[in-house]
Amino acid sequence: MESTVLKVDNFSAYFGDNQVLKNINLETSTNLVTALMGPSGCGKTTLIRCVNRMHELIPGTSVTGNMYLKDLDVYAMEPIVLRRKIGMVFQKPNPFPMMSIYDNVVAGYKLNGIRLKKDEFDNIVERSLKGSALWDEVKDSLQKKGTFLSGGQQQRLCIARALAMNPEILLLDEPTSALDPKSTSAIEELIVELKKTVTMLLVTHNIAQAARVSDYTAFIYLGELVEFGPTEKMFTVPKDKRTEEYLTGKFG
Amino acid sequence: MMKDHTTTRMIKDKAFRVIVIFLACFAMLPLLLILYYITRNGIAVINWEFLTQLPRPIGEAGGGVFNAVIGTGMLIILSSILAIPFGITTGIYLSERSEGKIANIVRLCVVVLQGTPSIVIGIIAYIWVVAPFQSFSAISGGVALSTMMLPVIIKSTEETLKLMPYHLKEASLALGVPYYKTILKVILPTGLSGILTGILLSVARITGETAPLLFTAFGNQFMNWNLFKPIDSLPYRIFYYAMSPYPEWHTFAWGASFILVVVVLGFNLIARGVAVKWKVQF
Repeated sequence: MESTVLKVDNFSAYFGDNQVLKNINLETSTNLVTALMGPSGCGKTTLIRCVNRMHELIPGTSVTGNMYLKDLDVYAMEPIVLRRKIGMVFQKPNPFPMMSIYDNVVAGYKLNGIRLKKDEFDNIVERSLKGSALWDEVKDSLQKKGTFLSGGQQQRLCIARALAMNPEILLLDEPTSALDPKSTSAIEELIVELKKTVTMLLVTHNIAQAARVSDYTAFIYLGELVEFGPTEKMFTVPKDKRTEEYLTGKFG
Repeated sequence: MMKDHTTTRMIKDKAFRVIVIFLACFAMLPLLLILYYITRNGIAVINWEFLTQLPRPIGEAGGGVFNAVIGTGMLIILSSILAIPFGITTGIYLSERSEGKIANIVRLCVVVLQGTPSIVIGIIAYIWVVAPFQSFSAISGGVALSTMMLPVIIKSTEETLKLMPYHLKEASLALGVPYYKTILKVILPTGLSGILTGILLSVARITGETAPLLFTAFGNQFMNWNLFKPIDSLPYRIFYYAMSPYPEWHTFAWGASFILVVVVLGFNLIARGVAVKWKVQF
């Protein structure tokens, strides 16, 4: 059953007077991976951060237009409530260094003061780590610090941490840019596996990665959504000249 | 020709290295001499009796510095209770709002406070606490010493928290954790070792302070547990014994100095240990 998860409606974002996103319109549906692709500085990271309103951490930002998560108006609710419904994975793996692997997975519950029974926590940890394909590697060392893991494992731990909150959508902000090729392909396989159950928005500057894992692709250039459509179609017959030039490596 | 030139340069290089090492060792000399004198003169009087008995009146042999040890302990605890909450919160504020007018004013105040002579802080504590209560007291000593601890704790907290990577805060905020919980449950625990080190160093610093105690805690021949009455302390006891005309009291002053130096050294070593052992890896 496909239904709209995220609807971006005529959305613009500004840093001070500088307009970084220009009238973006975008829709993603259940259990699809949508890739946001474009050259550095095009606004793709800003767009993904506008979804969970993390861009508001930078003073002087403002937005116009609308964004809806299912039937909720993103900009009419409290950010802390919104962010519990949205998972986010960052460029650099960022597990909490003072917490064990176990506590890292349930950090969203523990830090928010949500109390559950021990076996409920155990279930969440096992389900989330299995979901992020890390369970077999760490099931015997759940009480070790998360920072003892390798970079790729740390990133999968961060994905588990986001999955534990049962997010409506998972935002992936260039999740493999700090990883080696082997870890990168592990994360990509994981994304393909995860899309059976999770809706994802993936920021990437890697064209090949967008082609490998995404169902839909949005090409953003200079803050403008140039083209948006099924990945296969866009990569074979791009409608816009700029998309074609970007895909063939003429710029970016 | 070429070879000679290289040789001169190598000799200069060696000479420079020798001079640097020599001067570095020379700088350690005062500390080593202090430790030597205090140990030589002080260790002889250290025994169980010295640590657990009260001072005796003039003319009576024996006695100890038990009240001074307890007094110093009480002063440390009191001033820590007063200084730590203010110090850490101010440090958090400065690291979170590193730009801004108020932050700059606060930062300037911290620097000035750090440079304020301890005797002046003693007088201020006298006016604030001793005069209204009309009595020298442990509390007033605690106020004076906590004022001296504040700048050290604030600075170390600020510097520690500034080193925390930004992506840690993002990770927490993205999970929907409110800002205050992010600070209290993520940022502070991660910086705990640095903050603790700062607190221990500030304690080490105030343990040996004498001047601010002269008009506040004042000193006391007897055992006192009442916070509103004058109490004794190791630095004050040393001052009192060393100024006296009796040779036996002079040896007591050395003994008390030995205890004080060991305590301060202990705090410094623990601080180092904490910094190394609890260091968080990112």
